[in-house]
Amino acid sequence: MDLHLEHVTLVYPDGESTLTAVDDVSLTVPAGTTTALLGPSGAGKSSLLAVAAGLTAPSWGQVRIGESVVFEPTTSVADATRVRRDRIGMVFQAPQLLGSLTALEQLELHAHLRGEKPASLRDRSLELLDAVGVVDHAAKRPAQLSGGQRQRIAIARALVGEPDVLLVDEPTSALDHERGVQVVELITGLARSTGAATVLVSHDSSTLASVDATVQMVDARLDSV
Amino acid sequence: MFVALRDLKNARGRFVLMSVVIILITFLVTFLSSLTAGLARESTSAVTDLPSDHLAFSMPSADDSPEFTASRVTADQWTGWEDVDGVESADPLGVATTRAESASTTAGVTALGVEPGSGLVPGGDVASGEVVLTPGAAADLDAEVGDAVTMGGSDLTVAAVVDADESFSHSPVVWTTLDDWQAIGARGATGESDGPVASVVALSSSGTDAFATADADLGTTTVTTSDARSAVPSFAGENLSLTTMQLFLLVISALVVGAFFTVWTISRSADIAVLKALGASTPYLLKDALGQAALVLTGGVAVGTGLTVPGAAVLPAAVPVSVSWSTTLVPAVALVVLGLVGAAVSVARITRVDPHAALAAH
Ligand SMILES: Nc1ncnc2c1ncn2[C@@H]1O[C@H](COP(=O)(O)OP(=O)(O)OP(=O)(O)O)[C@@H](O)[C@H]1O
Ligand SMILES: [Mg+2]
Repeated sequence: MDLHLEHVTLVYPDGESTLTAVDDVSLTVPAGTTTALLGPSGAGKSSLLAVAAGLTAPSWGQVRIGESVVFEPTTSVADATRVRRDRIGMVFQAPQLLGSLTALEQLELHAHLRGEKPASLRDRSLELLDAVGVVDHAAKRPAQLSGGQRQRIAIARALVGEPDVLLVDEPTSALDHERGVQVVELITGLARSTGAATVLVSHDSSTLASVDATVQMVDARLDSV
Repeated sequence: MFVALRDLKNARGRFVLMSVVIILITFLVTFLSSLTAGLARESTSAVTDLPSDHLAFSMPSADDSPEFTASRVTADQWTGWEDVDGVESADPLGVATTRAESASTTAGVTALGVEPGSGLVPGGDVASGEVVLTPGAAADLDAEVGDAVTMGGSDLTVAAVVDADESFSHSPVVWTTLDDWQAIGARGATGESDGPVASVVALSSSGTDAFATADADLGTTTVTTSDARSAVPSFAGENLSLTTMQLFLLVISALVVGAFFTVWTISRSADIAVLKALGASTPYLLKDALGQAALVLTGGVAVGTGLTVPGAAVLPAAVPVSVSWSTTLVPAVALVVLGLVGAAVSVARITRVDPHAALAAH
């Protein structure tokens, strides 16, 4: 299903005044495609991603997945959390794996969050770990893995719930150029094969050869390129 | 508890440390509560084991609260009580702590003066010139049946050692007749009459509401046998200070548990933000965290309570601990409940963790 951001605006309180981090942004990401979001530091990329993920309710505007409006200014935290669990996958700038879980359990956790048996996701989890190339490390905890392996597990975790939308914040910032290219290719490939509408925030346009579209964000606004 | 159980295992050092603290506090609380019960029994079993349901005191001034050492009843008063409706029996009971001498040694005992045939001597009776000992008194005096025991200048013969471990104000009980007891415990002759006196009247009643009227008529103060425990000189002070200690320990344990889980929750707030970002609801996270706290608490409390029984067994007999369900299970449940309250207050900060934080790099 396509992801639609419609006139999304996000205003933070900033002392006495306010700070507009996202200013009337509209963007459509078709299912199975990856749109890269570029822009200087402080432009509002992470803020836009936070709204798209329902981590913050937009001040104005709305987020749609397919035909259904999922986030708008009045959306409750509980509703947003449920949408995130059921329809959205996220990859954070740092892998943000849970220290006490093995690689496989990081993925199986998703079933537990839904109130299902963790083992019900075992096959899919192993498949995904295989797809990102770390299935041999399924029984290891994050402390026993390299940064790149953790990043791959984080990508697999984002996709284990078969999300309609995949949101990725700066996945390459800690990697060298070649690895960065590989990771972006991995994400775009998985987006295509799983049909997830994907937004990928990046600083580094040189790694983005495999994405379907690129948009630029400057001063809280979107410039198409 | 998918994450909580794995966190327990992964951070077992911290949780073992916390469990040891809970175990020690639990042991201390249950042990103290057993000691309180044991000391209370040593202070008051002569009163609580009476077959009577009420005791009538006669204090020097009617406003005074009942006190065994100060109370003195006369024959008029106990015969008066016999005639009260609903009172089946009213027997004088003399209570006096005194020094007893046997052939080989001396010991402090509490002499209970009873009328022969009153049934106040457990499993027996006492006749003039005789004394009946509890096992504790027999041991302290190193005396057997047939031996002579001197109390308050009277020579008495040990008639029996009954199987009732009663004591009063930490001294073992012996029984004499009320007449013999006059010499030991009577606090001088009564002003108005030269008849015998006793300390209190032991009443067996069948549900009467005439106590207040009879008290007014006869100049006595009647309380239930269980309330009469506070009339034992040593009981009130001991019981209050030990109970206060236990309450403090319960509050301290709740604070310790609360402090631990506060630090623990703060240290995993980055994980909580990630879990929320992944779609974990706040109720899910609270259940996870509280389940973990409940597991640690019940485990620690169970071990600590379990340690009380062998702990009490290795103590010298002079320490009067009395381990029972009410001295172990009740404080154990209180520890778990209060600990959970402490933990609940601490993990409540989960609700305030902003999932937005997951987007920030570590
Ligand atoms: N929680 C917040 N409260 C207030 N202001 C915020 C908050 N988060 C971000 N901002 C502000 O909003 C603006 C946009 O921040 P944002 O993190 O979205 O930028 P970004 O494009 O992701 O930058 P970078 O490339 O450095 O990650 C910045 O000026 C920032 O200071
Ligand atoms: Mg950012």
